[in-house]
Amino acid sequence: MIEMRGYLRSDGRKGIRNVVAVGYLVECAHHVAREIAIPFREDGVHVIGFPGCYPNEYGGRMMEQLCTHPNVGAVLLVSLGCESFNKYALERAVRASGRPVKTIVIQASGGTRKSIEEGRAFIAEQRAILDAAPTVPMDPSELVIGTVCGGSDGTSGISGNPAAGRAFDLFVEEGAACIFEETGELIGCEHIMADRAATPELGVELEASVAKAARYYATLGYGSFAAGNADGGLTTIEEKSMGAYAKSGTSPISGLIKPGDVPPRGGLYLLDVVPDGEVRFGFPNINDNAEIVELIACGSHVVLFVTGRGSVVGSAISPVVKICANPETYRRMEDDMDVDAGRILEGRAGLAEVGQEIHDLVLSLGAGGRTKSEELGHQEFVLTYKSFEPIGPACLPAA
Amino acid sequence: MPSSIDPRLLLLHDGDNVVVARSRIPEGETVLIDGVDLPLGAALSIGHKLARRDIAMGEKILKYGAPIGSATEVIPRGAHVHVHNVKSDYTPTHHLLDEQAATSGVPS
Repeated sequence: MIEMRGYLRSDGRKGIRNVVAVGYLVECAHHVAREIAIPFREDGVHVIGFPGCYPNEYGGRMMEQLCTHPNVGAVLLVSLGCESFNKYALERAVRASGRPVKTIVIQASGGTRKSIEEGRAFIAEQRAILDAAPTVPMDPSELVIGTVCGGSDGTSGISGNPAAGRAFDLFVEEGAACIFEETGELIGCEHIMADRAATPELGVELEASVAKAARYYATLGYGSFAAGNADGGLTTIEEKSMGAYAKSGTSPISGLIKPGDVPPRGGLYLLDVVPDGEVRFGFPNINDNAEIVELIACGSHVVLFVTGRGSVVGSAISPVVKICANPETYRRMEDDMDVDAGRILEGRAGLAEVGQEIHDLVLSLGAGGRTKSEELGHQEFVLTYKSFEPIGPACLPAA
Repeated sequence: MPSSIDPRLLLLHDGDNVVVARSRIPEGETVLIDGVDLPLGAALSIGHKLARRDIAMGEKILKYGAPIGSATEVIPRGAHVHVHNVKSDYTPTHHLLDEQAATSGVPS
């Protein structure tokens, strides 16, 4: 039995990490934020941020959800000063969550050097407090777990994704909230997915979200499909979808959420990352990290990342577990992979065994364990413009 | 009849008209599909598909028991099934190295 311990936050959620988030509020403040964090790169200080200067409700909400994520213990905001981002609202929200927060305005502080000194002093002080913070026992039912696949190939849907699905089934049974996503990679699966919805009304919403994704990508001219997917044996988006869909496991689907929505209780949720309304800001998932960040903004403590071609990414704020579906890729990139799911293809392990291994590995992350991407210092982060309408009442049927 | 499938190939669903390579299969080998030995035109990469039976032009390609696109030409049993002879019924597939993907899927 693996005993998890977490950091208790004022909203009752618990974190498995106690990170200091350094958030830049426009690209012009990115360098200063990065320089502030550099001396602490081994010490749980992660840089996140929104690069745009124009206002965006989604960007503001994402930053708020990330800065008040259970894995975050303190926040430093870095503003240039003249950008449109509402730093006051963000700082108020973080303070209201009970976390220490400081905002540095570069134009007021006197430029790059003074801002860096001021920021580093705050972090050194906070880090010392956070390192001495007490932990409390944490149950698997308190976990939120996301899943994503990237660098997919013809093995992803056969070994890695179904194994992640088995792990999801175990966690849902234990009362955890599990989130799968990318409606653009569920194109072709909408009808079988709708049959798993908790209510017929939710089923209609699930189908509508995939139809929206199909329209959105059709306008953009490309599906959620990279050239490397084809090299890896995937021929069409619907083939990729069938493989990606396997990550969801076999539990009933409890709800449909959008980026920043935290699942209200345990169960399986679909995250709709495709913006609402007409196409305005470009691709819904400009790369895998955009999706990882959105899963984390929904409260994910851990993200399961299935790859066949071989991705190396991790993330700021929450650990990323890399599950390698392709045994050839695993042998080539073992240092980056947490789970060798390609064993299934070679007959060296069964799906249930690898599913259990993924489940136990996630619990171990709440008991002091670290992922390969954390050991290697990966802290990728990307956030761009989007716009969403709030979810409708049919999306979260009462339990 | 899954028992008459080459152990290097995987039939994911009884109704499928394609099988998937579970390991790299070198050029010049023959593979067993439904009890028949078929010569492999070129090396096959892991995760790539072969036709389990003759597939007509316009016919749906079935994998996992679900349609994953349509044949753009006649595909004989044992042939590589990929972007050169299949198209999406939703959005077109973006790929590079067409010629290579069409012949083998194995990086040179």
